[in-house]
Amino acid sequence: MPNVAIETHEISKSYKLGLAYGYGTLRDSLVGGLKRTGKRMVGRGGRKQHDSLWALRGVTFEIESGETVGLIGHNGAGKSTILKVLSRIIEPTEGWAEVTGRVGSLLEVGTGFHPELTGRENIFLNGAILGMRRAEIRARFDEIVEFADMGRFLDTPVKRYSSGMSVRLAFAVAAHLEPEILLVDEVLAVGDAAFQRKSLAKMSEVASAGSTVIFVSHNLATIQALCQRGIMLERGQVVADGPVGESVNHYLRVLERSASDDLLERIDRDGRGQEVTRISRVALYDDESGLADVVVGGRPARIVVEFTEQLPMMECELTILNSLGHPITTLDSSLSSPADRRQPELSNQIECMLGGLPLVPGRYRIDVVLRARQEVQDGLQAAAYFDVEPGLVDGRPMPETGGDGDVVLPHLWRLPPF
Amino acid sequence: MPPTETIPPDQAAERALAPPPRTIRLEPTHGFSRVLSPSELWRYRDLALQLVVRDITLRYRQTALGAAWAILQPVAFMAIFSIFFARIAGDSTEGVPYALFALAGIVPWIYFSNALLQAAESLVINTQLVAKIYFPRIFMPLGVVGAGGIDFLVGLVILLAIVLIYGIVPSAAILILPVVILVTMMLALGAGAALAAINVRYRDVRYAVPFTIQAWFFITPIVYGSSVLSEPWRTIAAINPMVGVVEAFRWAVLDTPHPSWAILGISFGSAMVIVFAGLAYFDRVERSFADVI
Repeated sequence: MPNVAIETHEISKSYKLGLAYGYGTLRDSLVGGLKRTGKRMVGRGGRKQHDSLWALRGVTFEIESGETVGLIGHNGAGKSTILKVLSRIIEPTEGWAEVTGRVGSLLEVGTGFHPELTGRENIFLNGAILGMRRAEIRARFDEIVEFADMGRFLDTPVKRYSSGMSVRLAFAVAAHLEPEILLVDEVLAVGDAAFQRKSLAKMSEVASAGSTVIFVSHNLATIQALCQRGIMLERGQVVADGPVGESVNHYLRVLERSASDDLLERIDRDGRGQEVTRISRVALYDDESGLADVVVGGRPARIVVEFTEQLPMMECELTILNSLGHPITTLDSSLSSPADRRQPELSNQIECMLGGLPLVPGRYRIDVVLRARQEVQDGLQAAAYFDVEPGLVDGRPMPETGGDGDVVLPHLWRLPPF
Repeated sequence: MPPTETIPPDQAAERALAPPPRTIRLEPTHGFSRVLSPSELWRYRDLALQLVVRDITLRYRQTALGAAWAILQPVAFMAIFSIFFARIAGDSTEGVPYALFALAGIVPWIYFSNALLQAAESLVINTQLVAKIYFPRIFMPLGVVGAGGIDFLVGLVILLAIVLIYGIVPSAAILILPVVILVTMMLALGAGAALAAINVRYRDVRYAVPFTIQAWFFITPIVYGSSVLSEPWRTIAAINPMVGVVEAFRWAVLDTPHPSWAILGISFGSAMVIVFAGLAYFDRVERSFADVI
């Protein structure tokens, strides 16, 4: 019996610019109010129209009970805003939504954890925050502790936990909420690989038990594994809604188009973005041909990241993803090697040298994150694309297409004699 | 969002494990009715309880003296005031030993000022919760106002013990004590909720509140007795609701002369105005907390 679990109708959400970031002081509003009154009395301008930022514009969809839906889109496309509206944290500016069933929302792992409280105390507190009754928490307490795998530390204050442990505990509490509708935002990006697998398995279990799941993630592989349906948002509007594969493909095509835009113009940035330094250009060069963005597999290559402002102790993280959006490898300059070099002649530029590119022929994408002063200064998904042409790895031809993996490891065989 | 809520009255604990699905309509709302929606508050009662438990647990965790602080503060103030202010108070203490007279003002005042200060900060220091989780926001100020009640009770027990040591036997007026305590807590909640709401948008509150509390302390008859003022000023001063609270408190535990009905009426009337105005303001702006915090 397909009941409608979530129905949204023309939901819009606007933020007044200036209020969207930080808070004002009383003086600002008093002065602002006086100025406006003054202008009105002089007869100029009249009521000042606030500049608004529309985080959502006319979002309409219907989700049946039991569906698993992935929300995809750039940073700032409105994915998190939708989840916040559906979990009642913020009100829409226009439109309405109807939600049927108990909602469990997990917008950030460990919200409401108090560092001074013990694991046990936090389980009860966090459970209550997520909407569980005391009796329910007590009934599932042992399960939660077992899932989080933290029996010995139950009576230790959470501030002494490793970050991995608190994430495990937080997810364990949320996973045992057994909601009819589960809203999850990006939470699996934390925790170690084994726990991520466990969490994913738990989420599929929740989904197959008939709960409705809406899931936001940057990891397209996870979305495709978990969801049947994909809804893609762009600038606050639904631009694709259908089987997850189709929506993901649509997203990948849009990503690729945006890579050819001027990077400085893009607004879908991570971190402090615009403030101090911005990524201005990213390209991969074939060291032998000198050509950009086309490289022959197995040849030395370099990825060049240019940015607008050089800061002390900059770090760069590159993720290479295949054409399906699955990450293949992450190269992180903060994991340094004695062979790394500081080059005085490099200004506003970081280079990553790849001895021989061990990728099979195909199209790949590079995501870039720039860090300095312990924070993310700028980040861009799909900052560049490149094509790999068939080549040789250690003189050995590579498989033609990536049906059996994307990487060719340098290797040698030892075979019996002819 | 009450219009289409169809919550059956909560009946028994076993129903809680399998609540029937209910449809909630999410849409722009205007005016009042969020905070003061009893069904909504009742549905989240376990959270309210957990927040109070959290605040009580945290209050003295990792402190060397622990709950002794709840005793130390009023007693230390009592000693200091006895040394420095006894002479200022003169004979306004209605014949009660000054230390006792002061303590009976200090106990409700310490509760009130701490609760107000913490309530004003309660939303801002829980920014993460407010931005990422839905719950009736009033529970944040309510939690600290409720948790402080424990200290209040401890202070009260100390006060009553000292009263008995001095050989004073409270009269039947002590029966009014629960009412006075309730009014004090509601006043702290009303004023604290309003300040917490303003604090979300204007961090000026952080600087204004400690200053206001200090000024408020001096216009409230704590180190002196109300009778230092002559009529009609004595009655007019009762617009400050803490005047009525402190006077009624002394009347209840020290058997001082009955404060005039005018003073009690004005103070409690003004307390109720603050409570309703504060909660109404909170109610109106609650919907935008997550947007601006």
